[in-house]
Amino acid sequence: MKASLPVTNHMETRPDIDPTPEPKKKLKKVNKGFKQLAVYIMLILFASAFVVPFFWLLSGSLKSSSELFANPPVWIPEVFQWSNYKEAFTSFPFLLYFKNTLIIVFFTCVGAVMSNSLIAYGFSRIEWKYRDGVFILVLATLMLPFQVIMVPLFLIFKDIGWIGTFYPLIIPHFFGNPFFIFLLRQFFIGIPKELSESAKMDGASELTIFLRIILPLSKPILATVVIFQFIEAWRDFLGPLIFLSDNRLYTLSLGVQQIMSENDPRWALLMAVGVAMTLPVIIIFFFLQRYFIEGITFTGSKG
Amino acid sequence: MNTERRNLRNGLLFISPWIIGFLFFTIYPLFSSLYYSLTKYNLITEPEFVGLQNYRELLFVDDVFFTVLGNTMYMIFVGLTLTTIVTIFIAILLNTKDIKGMSFFRVVFFIPTLVPFVVLAILWIWILQPDSGVVNSVLGLIGIEGPGWFASPKWAKPGFILMMIWMSGNMILIYLAALGDIPKTLYEAASIDGANVLQKVFHITLPMLRPAILFNGITGMIAIFQSFAEAFIITNGGPDNATLFYSLYLYKNAFQYFNMGYASAMAWILLIIALTMTLIFFRLSKRWE
Repeated sequence: MKASLPVTNHMETRPDIDPTPEPKKKLKKVNKGFKQLAVYIMLILFASAFVVPFFWLLSGSLKSSSELFANPPVWIPEVFQWSNYKEAFTSFPFLLYFKNTLIIVFFTCVGAVMSNSLIAYGFSRIEWKYRDGVFILVLATLMLPFQVIMVPLFLIFKDIGWIGTFYPLIIPHFFGNPFFIFLLRQFFIGIPKELSESAKMDGASELTIFLRIILPLSKPILATVVIFQFIEAWRDFLGPLIFLSDNRLYTLSLGVQQIMSENDPRWALLMAVGVAMTLPVIIIFFFLQRYFIEGITFTGSKG
Repeated sequence: MNTERRNLRNGLLFISPWIIGFLFFTIYPLFSSLYYSLTKYNLITEPEFVGLQNYRELLFVDDVFFTVLGNTMYMIFVGLTLTTIVTIFIAILLNTKDIKGMSFFRVVFFIPTLVPFVVLAILWIWILQPDSGVVNSVLGLIGIEGPGWFASPKWAKPGFILMMIWMSGNMILIYLAALGDIPKTLYEAASIDGANVLQKVFHITLPMLRPAILFNGITGMIAIFQSFAEAFIITNGGPDNATLFYSLYLYKNAFQYFNMGYASAMAWILLIIALTMTLIFFRLSKRWE
């Protein structure tokens, strides 16, 4: 086992490297140990600042209302009010909103995987004139704030009678997303050309190559797309707010916001719902961390 | 059919979903919003053509619009700058040699970006509660009387900046990846020349991070222009319009005052501002090179 304290670590290894250390070198090593300690202390301070809000949500969801408003604040509730959770699930159409959210999440994920993998294939595995010019256009749409097209999109969906249905939140995802196109294209470019060429010699069409060779090799990056799309749809607020007018179609986010806008909302219940909405994403993240981090650093370093 | 034409046909077929989406969900809305921006339209009566009146009103009459622009620019110049400093600092800490538990810290810094917007709002309303909130009670421990945060016109925006920093895990990961790509030999050479830590940061690390800073800067700016849910839920633009940000005011004009023409004019001004600022970012980054 490696020594956990960096200071001792260096003390142990020092004699092997340099049997007769000069005093100055020794000082340098101790300095390095201090430096590392300082780094740890700062990291722990930052990390606690990042974690405390979660702790606060969790503890708030288990507080009685008097504890919630207590000054000075109560960190750990005296008696855990599990009833907050029970009430949250019963006094609020949690299951209905949960089901609505899942429907939207599921279909947007299907749309994102299907459309973006096809599109990215067209931008990476086939050589055609104007391809790279068109791809710049795709990237340019990344810079387009949604608000610029929000009003006309609403008017279009209103004209075709889609307001108050899930369609405006689902259908556009079947037509590509610049971020995912970029992500998948980068991945497809890295797959050796020879694989496609030998398949072509055997008479395979582009569609066969796409389905039989490229897609099976791209499972990790497709998983990244699914996860990002899942999170995006799960946490979305503006889309459902604009497009869902019927409260039987509300998502969890909209339902929660509706309660918050009431007079004197029951905060402990809201916090319980908050915990229930956040836990699934955190669990998914823990299991599939690798895909998240690769996806993000991939775009950042190549961007 | 020759290969070139077949490839062109196949390429276009594969990207056809994007072409359709681009035409129907981007280009058409973009230009119809240009048209609506020249009209008065309240959803009930037909759009009435008014020329440049909406733009004139926004730029020369509507004082609130300038407050909104000021609020948004504050978030970009103050908020994004602070966020950049903190995220680079955390990334440098995480990138220190022989740090154990790196993956644990990475998770901690990243998880806030996953929280649904409504939950984010609930969280921060409580964290920054003036009397019983956790931030003010920690400040109280060291003898500082905490401000009113979202209840105070002066402190509401700094409250949003704290939220922004809390949600900046993406940026940390991107800086971390970029730091990993810096050749170690640069630092070794600097050490031989006797450079101290600060000199290394300013003469090696920051210049080498330039592409990542540009990327995070532009995406961060677009994100600020788009940020809506937090302000809508927590403050609804108040107190005293201090947190009325661009997207929120645009939303209110469209869906609360039913001023579709006015909102569309705001959309086009937003597009022009976002484009100009992106170009400026690129220029600045080139000059720095």
